Amino acid sequence: MTTQVRRETLAEGSAVGEASMEESLTTDRLGEPTEHRSWGAQAHERKGFFTDTSICIGCKACEVACKEWNSNPQDGTYELLESSYDNTGGLGANTWRHVAFIEQDGDRIEKARESGRKLVGLGMPTVGPPTGAATTPGAAASNEDAAASGGGCSGCGPSGCGPSGGGCGSGGGAQAGTTIEADLLSGLLDGDGTTADLSNVDTTPPDTADFRWLMSSDVCKHCTHAGCLDVCPTGALFRTEFGTVVVQNDVCNGCGTCVAGCPFGVIERRDDGTINTPTDRDDRSASEMDVHDEGTANKCTLCYDRLLEGQEPACSQTCPTQSIKFGDREDMVEQAEVRVRDLHAKGLTEARLYGANPHDGVGGTGSVFLLLDEPEVYGLPPDPRVPTKDLPGMWASAGAAALGMIGVAALSFLGGRR
Amino acid sequence: MTTSPYDSYRPPDGDRKRRRRGGGRGPAGGRGGRGGPGARGGSGGRGWLNRGADGGREMPMVEDVEFTSYYGRPIVKAPPWGDEISLYLFLGGLAGGSALLGLGAQITGRPALRSTTRLVSLGALGAGALALVEDLGRPERFLNMMRTVKITSPMSLGSWILGGFGSGAGVVAVIEVDRLTGERIPLGPLKPLRHVLHALETPAAIASVLLAAPLASYTGVLLGATAVPTWNAAGRNGLPVVFAASASAAAGGTAMVTTPLDQAGPARIFALAGTAAELVAMKVMKDRMHPVEVEPMETGEPGAKLHRAEMLAVAGGVATAALEVGVRLLDRRAARASGGSATVRGGRTALRVGLQVASAAAGAALAGASAYTRFGMLEAGIASTKDPRHVVEPQRDRLEARQAAGITHDSITTIG
Repeated sequence: MTTQVRRETLAEGSAVGEASMEESLTTDRLGEPTEHRSWGAQAHERKGFFTDTSICIGCKACEVACKEWNSNPQDGTYELLESSYDNTGGLGANTWRHVAFIEQDGDRIEKARESGRKLVGLGMPTVGPPTGAATTPGAAASNEDAAASGGGCSGCGPSGCGPSGGGCGSGGGAQAGTTIEADLLSGLLDGDGTTADLSNVDTTPPDTADFRWLMSSDVCKHCTHAGCLDVCPTGALFRTEFGTVVVQNDVCNGCGTCVAGCPFGVIERRDDGTINTPTDRDDRSASEMDVHDEGTANKCTLCYDRLLEGQEPACSQTCPTQSIKFGDREDMVEQAEVRVRDLHAKGLTEARLYGANPHDGVGGTGSVFLLLDEPEVYGLPPDPRVPTKDLPGMWASAGAAALGMIGVAALSFLGGRR
Repeated sequence: MTTSPYDSYRPPDGDRKRRRRGGGRGPAGGRGGRGGPGARGGSGGRGWLNRGADGGREMPMVEDVEFTSYYGRPIVKAPPWGDEISLYLFLGGLAGGSALLGLGAQITGRPALRSTTRLVSLGALGAGALALVEDLGRPERFLNMMRTVKITSPMSLGSWILGGFGSGAGVVAVIEVDRLTGERIPLGPLKPLRHVLHALETPAAIASVLLAAPLASYTGVLLGATAVPTWNAAGRNGLPVVFAASASAAAGGTAMVTTPLDQAGPARIFALAGTAAELVAMKVMKDRMHPVEVEPMETGEPGAKLHRAEMLAVAGGVATAALEVGVRLLDRRAARASGGSATVRGGRTALRVGLQVASAAAGAALAGASAYTRFGMLEAGIASTKDPRHVVEPQRDRLEARQAAGITHDSITTIG
């Protein structure tokens, strides 16, 4: 029943979306990042995620909520993938949120810290307010929120947390105390709001003396310049009034061009998948047991159906630590910038943002991440670029090649014997 | 080597080795990863791995903590494109090139060349379009390709090129069939329209020819405008040229197979020029690509196919050149000593048959080279998505090159 309602609202919204897509096509392609130029007439602010991996506890609630809400079929056969606690594998047609687990030792942490420090040395852009504004009211509020809903899960610092104990309350109280100060309650426990330099404080959670877990919930980036959207030949992919990128599954013919067009490897054609729900319930028809939208491209919609109803996406709503935050993209970037400056001020220089820069190869992403190591460690490309950026040159060379071919054909007949 | 009977229960460690190698081989090698293969043996940093083996503590799940890829998993996804698409790339080029030869033959009065190339053109187009539809996830919705015209989508423009070209090529081929059957196509009451149909020949031929060359070269853009590392790099460095040249070789080669020797002259020159251009463009393209992006084109099954393509192109090209010289000599001699004795004429006929066979062989080699090029390039791209190294290393290098040049405003990784 819910599915029915959702489908209808989806269809309704798509008309609006296509109009905005056409508009963006005429002005927005291939140029400078034009987030504010051609997106102006939107009915809503651009929405986005800020995924703060430093407070992710790896509970995978986002994966479950996403799968449940979107009734996505099962991936694989529940085999163990031998990749720490990650047995999901990666994003795909049936998996729109994926929690990555990475185990690192002390050396690696040091290297991550060093590479983050280098970013500062390079003079990377500071897009937001100056560093002095690290304790803006908004930021403090959001930190408060995070602390409140975090439920005092203290074991999870930027240097990792043990999934075995859920990071909550078990063992090593004194040490865990310093961890709180170092991360979750940033600035709050200092009372007067000054940020203490904690680089020398032992921030290692108990029992994990020389390694940390990195946990990160990956999702579709909803790029400003989206490769999948650009190369879609049917118009099945469109830009919504929320600035997100969504597939219309009733239009998509499964050509697969978008799969190749995504520099992050997010979108995929749903060629298989199973739904193992009980078939003996009377109130469910057999057709509902089928894998839906088979043979079409599928990816995160940023819960377009929920946004239309004024709700927030399932993953961010369910996230227990507010590692996944949802809101206006501008606010998300601002929060992210405050957060990364905060962590740097505390000596945790491994922190860096991913996707917050409107001048990067994809014009900035709707889903912004705070990472604690190089992007490729998380399976993210270090310098993604929307492939259609190269189109003018490619079309030019294709045109030249075509003219050359016609010329050679003409010459062949002139040179050929009669 | 088994040192204890219990060792036989140990799971084969091939998998674990592969994974470890995947990490070590990564871009990490030089930059902050494990210090090359030497580091692998060093037990100092990995002592912690054994910790917990007695069950006293939690054992780490992963033995290799230093990697710069995520468990060696792909970053970019391969499109769900198989042999059908490779076949289409080849057939599309063949159709386009053949249409060019067809119009030329019509203008210069070579009826045999005209009719064979036009029939080949329509046949290749039809088969190619079928292959394309077959590869869709929802084939019944293939007409949705005609829902929009999008300049940013090579697949969209390609569909329109294909459709437009197909209309023209279809009309021309119908006329050709009508002519071959002695104008006996039963048109029924529409009989008076036969003249109209035949009057359409030249306009339709010209229309299809205008789209024929783009049909042959747009596929280079189709592959190029993707995030697949090898395709994207190739597309930026002349893949459309390679494909257009390869299409010329395929069309010329096929015409050499299907057309009598004395009318296939332009086809031979077309094929030769195409082959030469393909070899040169391929070399230039590879030289301009990042070595890691070229790698999938030189290793494995795709590498073997591209190598075979090159061999066939060289062999077919040399044979075609020799053939062209032979045919010219033969003609000159025939012109000089027209008539002659019966034996001389018989010998000339035998020679002609031999040359016709050689022409077919050389033509087939060139068409085969073109097919191998298409299959090889498609598969090389798909192979390049399997190992994240092909994605990460070129990206790292270009990022670092930009940063070294002082361009730091366009990195996706920022700090506040």
